[in-house]
Amino acid sequence: MTAVDSPRPIPSLPARLTARFGGGAMRLALLLVALFWLVPTLGLLVSSLRGPTDIQSSGWWQVFTSPAQLTLHNYASLMGNSAITHALLNTVLITVPATLLVVVIGAAAGYAFAWLEFPGRDWLFLLLIGLLVVPVQVALIPVTDLYARLGIFGSLFGVILFHTAFGLPFAIFLLRNFFAEIPRELLEAARLDGAGELRLFARVVLPLGGPAIASLAIFQFLWVWNDMLVALIFANSNSAPLTVALQQQTRQFGDNIDVLSSGAFLSMVIPLAVFFAFQRQFVNGIMAGAVK
Amino acid sequence: MSASMAAPDTAGPVTPPAGTPRRAKGITGTRPWVAALFLLPALVLLGALVVYPIGYSIVRSLYDAGGSGFVGVRNYGTVFSDSGTLTAVRNNAIWVVVAPSITTALGLIFAVLTERVRWGTAFKLVVFMPMAISMLAAGIIFRLVYEQDPNQGVANAVISSVHDTFSAGSAYPGARPRPGADLAPTAGGSYTTRSTVRPGTAALLPLVGIPQAELPSSAQQAGRPRGGGITGTVWLDFTPGGGGRAGVIDPGEKGLKGVTVQAVKVGRVVASAKTAADGTFTLPATAQGAQLRLPASNFAARYGGVDWLGPTLVTPSIIGAYVWMWAGFAMVLIAAGLAGVPRELLEAARVDGANEWQVFRKITVPLLAPVLAVVVVTLMINVLKIFDLVYIIAPGATQNNAMVLALKLYLTSFGGGNDQGVGSAISVLLLLLVLPVMIFNIRRIRREGRR
Repeated sequence: MTAVDSPRPIPSLPARLTARFGGGAMRLALLLVALFWLVPTLGLLVSSLRGPTDIQSSGWWQVFTSPAQLTLHNYASLMGNSAITHALLNTVLITVPATLLVVVIGAAAGYAFAWLEFPGRDWLFLLLIGLLVVPVQVALIPVTDLYARLGIFGSLFGVILFHTAFGLPFAIFLLRNFFAEIPRELLEAARLDGAGELRLFARVVLPLGGPAIASLAIFQFLWVWNDMLVALIFANSNSAPLTVALQQQTRQFGDNIDVLSSGAFLSMVIPLAVFFAFQRQFVNGIMAGAVK
Repeated sequence: MSASMAAPDTAGPVTPPAGTPRRAKGITGTRPWVAALFLLPALVLLGALVVYPIGYSIVRSLYDAGGSGFVGVRNYGTVFSDSGTLTAVRNNAIWVVVAPSITTALGLIFAVLTERVRWGTAFKLVVFMPMAISMLAAGIIFRLVYEQDPNQGVANAVISSVHDTFSAGSAYPGARPRPGADLAPTAGGSYTTRSTVRPGTAALLPLVGIPQAELPSSAQQAGRPRGGGITGTVWLDFTPGGGGRAGVIDPGEKGLKGVTVQAVKVGRVVASAKTAADGTFTLPATAQGAQLRLPASNFAARYGGVDWLGPTLVTPSIIGAYVWMWAGFAMVLIAAGLAGVPRELLEAARVDGANEWQVFRKITVPLLAPVLAVVVVTLMINVLKIFDLVYIIAPGATQNNAMVLALKLYLTSFGGGNDQGVGSAISVLLLLLVLPVMIFNIRRIRREGRR
């Protein structure tokens, strides 16, 4: 619970605000804001727990007066819908490899940038910094053409590769900075013990990089899990993840609220679980990319 | 997100505290091919899927829709002359200016205020949570929030209930006089009697056009006015089951409660009354000789709520959903910056007599300026590419009003259209827009490298 909290509070500013406006008013305002932030998600959750006819005939807040409306019917039919379960499986099959690949390839390159000597290292690193902000949109048309020629357009593999490539600049940047802080003596000692580069990387660098790798993995996991655009372009109906499968239902939004609300909530469960379990790493990852 | 970070720094919070040398030196004795082995997978992927596409897009943007004919910069001309794309350019400009500033301002306010309350951490968690979910899920969430029908969308449910509290909705929307009754339509949707009222003769004002089911369950049998004075009855001149006579209060016909009846003399309202539960009303003696008017407020259509996703409001509404998603991001970064503000400085200013607003304006905000800049720039880059939220939230009817560049690119080159020339031009335009940030980042890292 402390990850999103800042370490040191300012004692006096709000104290005086309290004196001026009354702490009660400030608290009430914050409470209202919190409510404002919760209600939309609550609306989705409650809607997903009401039957199709109830959804069509009245607002979700009616459950507070008639809780008998609550039902798992939508989730049951969602689980019986093979298109949705298949898409959920695709989401997992895309997200897990794309996360692992970014961590492994990014760590290897990060280590090379931090500790190995090769011609053009600094120049390449600056190029990498430039790539940090390249919008994915720039690659959609060219990679469509490239994938068509390679014969991987529409495949899970193509989607995974694309996510990996666009995750790499940030991954290399983050890990290179972290690895660069490893004490030189530690690496030299390991070398003197006869460890080769691969061994050094696997046994010393990767374990020491744990915290940064965790941040990166969570970041990439959430990024890929939540993606819709990349999959919309590069996946076909057989390899489409949950976001794309649900997107196709939004055309008839009013008629499909039962599928959409339960499906959207299903798609949120894993990211929210990851978020609550690894808040600290998530926040660290965000700050590593942005702060100062 | 990973590809969207602005102004990164070589020493993020995940790295151990500074003090150790920033520039790593190579371990002596590694052979170049070892380095190549470590780098190769990354370089191949980045080269093929990020760097090569940039060149491809630039070249492709100079060719026509099919890719065979060279057209020079005509595709760019199309982007800035086609009215659909121009809307996208204009909306993108609105997005880039409005969304980051609102998001950052809210993040700043939340970060400062939550430092005091004991449940500040819980508050931050609530506001930060939407960062974890997809734009698709957020889009579906807000489609539900913005549903037009106040019985479906929570935004309109709240607004129309507030609206009804301050200006009570009309009791009988759509009601009208029974044809043939002594009530003629007058200005603004009101109805006025042709004859004037006299004491002792009850005025009968029969209405129709109200579905029986919409009468309040408390509706009573319409009554005949009793006693002297100027009286009358407003009732629903319809007998359930049939058999009623027009203009006559039959058994089973209900009085209309709460209808406003005005007495009008030469265009001036001299008296006014509301009908009782049985539809009867009594006017003071001053009303003698006046015409009776049923003002339009009795019949106005019910308030339908705000048309959130209509042509004018669709972009602001979607920006609202974006702010909901990203305010937590701004808040967390600013809170971290706030933790680094030296307390002594703030205390010193207070001792010197500065009030809290001055401390905030003159010390806290300037000290936070670098963080605020990073947050704003990161959000700008992010907003430039906004796609999912607009695609999901904007209904088909107003999609063109909500159009943004990334969506236009998708629709032009993939979803429906097949013009990859104009699509490439849009993508190059997006790249040009992030170019300043790219250059800024590179120069910053170079500067740090030299230090």
